[in-house]
Amino acid sequence: MQYLVLIYSEDGPNPTPPTPEQMKGWFDYTKALKDAGVFMSGEALLPTSTATTIRGMGADAVMTDGPFAETKETLGGFYMIDCADADEALKWAGLCPGASYGSIELRPVVQFS
Amino acid sequence: MASLIRVFGDWQVAEDALMDATERALVRWPRDGTPDDPIAWLLTTARRSGIDQIRRASTRVRTANDVALDLTLRAEERQDTPMQRDDDTLRLVFTCCHPALSREAQVALTLRTIGGLTAEEIARAFLVPTTTMAQRLVRARRKIHGAGIPFRIPEGDERAGRMSAVLRVIYLIFNEGYASTQGDTYIRRELCDEALRLCEVLCGLVPDPEASGLWSLMQFHHARSAARIGANGEPILLADQDRSAWDHSAIIQAHTRLMTVLTSTPAGPYMLQACIAGCHCGAATFDETDWRQVSSLYLALLHLQPTPVIRMNYAVAVAFDRGWQTGLNLLDGLAQELTTSHTFHTARSQLLERLGRKDEAITAVQTALRCVGDSIEQRWLEQRLMTLTGATA
Repeated sequence: MQYLVLIYSEDGPNPTPPTPEQMKGWFDYTKALKDAGVFMSGEALLPTSTATTIRGMGADAVMTDGPFAETKETLGGFYMIDCADADEALKWAGLCPGASYGSIELRPVVQFS
Repeated sequence: MASLIRVFGDWQVAEDALMDATERALVRWPRDGTPDDPIAWLLTTARRSGIDQIRRASTRVRTANDVALDLTLRAEERQDTPMQRDDDTLRLVFTCCHPALSREAQVALTLRTIGGLTAEEIARAFLVPTTTMAQRLVRARRKIHGAGIPFRIPEGDERAGRMSAVLRVIYLIFNEGYASTQGDTYIRRELCDEALRLCEVLCGLVPDPEASGLWSLMQFHHARSAARIGANGEPILLADQDRSAWDHSAIIQAHTRLMTVLTSTPAGPYMLQACIAGCHCGAATFDETDWRQVSSLYLALLHLQPTPVIRMNYAVAVAFDRGWQTGLNLLDGLAQELTTSHTFHTARSQLLERLGRKDEAITAVQTALRCVGDSIEQRWLEQRLMTLTGATA
């Protein structure tokens, strides 16, 4: 089963860049996912101050500056992983460095057969 | 039910299949006689019904999946031993109590799937509409299916944590029946019996000292249940209970079970709580309670679970052992954390009364009254207030 690991944390107006030590934590985690053969993809996102939200199509389209909802914690990055079951996915989600300062949401991906 | 879920990997299919098999049994058994192994008969019938269901649901021709399922089923029928059934039950217990499910869902699923209670019965026990409970069960099953929550027995490091989640669910079920005085008394009693039965099953499946500790703890509480509620539904304090109304054979059973696990391991929280309950049950009168022992057990428990409520219980035990003032001092140290707890204010009022500080005792009961939600306890507190104020007048 495929799971999306969503990494949420507070992103203030001036987010502090990660320290080399923090970066190493992320690199190690990504490597561990790859070594275990569960890694599919993963990216970090720029802060929500760079986001644009579109609602409606064509003539109805309304574009707003900012994320779709103003929340204290915002989506900062994600991993897509392929695991046997929820227990394996939860184990990996719990090891994600983002869990130490934010929240990790685990979402199963719909399988269209 | 457990083996059906494992085979089909789908709760709804398993439940419908079992229902179908039961209906057939009701028709067939009185006519043809009960089969030698009724459970095996039910399982086989339910499996066939489940396959039919799956086939009906899909218009596609036999796929590799169906063939695989067929093969598994045939193998199953050969190997379906009692041991296999036990493992299935245990798997199901761990799935029902999976930490990715909400506490409410864990309790509801356990009662429905392991305990066999209907959604309506569970709803009555938890004082929610039947539709709410039915939805809760459906949502929980969907989450298990959708999120890929596995049907397996956790191993290694994971095991201990998952086991304590299972025990928590069982104790929650027991307390729901035992602690609250609201709602249908018959169903509440059922919940206590069910929690004890679940715990017994669990003890039979995994030798876990804490599971035995929990069983003893619940058994000690249960043994006193006849004496703890008065004729009008009012709670009767431990000090005033008619100890001859306690179920002494249940108390002996609880003691015996507890002794066998106490010798082998350092005591965990349930074992310690069972020891405390055992001290109370073992005392012939309230005055003969070994308060020194009780307070040292609470102290040991505090090391494992440093919560305000346990500190409060410790303070009360100390009050009985080493004097009211010493206990009150400890209790007053918790005033901030327990400011909204009616039990805390009630305990304070009792110590204040023993110290002869009636006015403060009255104020404490009044505060307790403001915090209490339960109508029966409210009546009891009002009565106590009348006694206290009557004494000053």
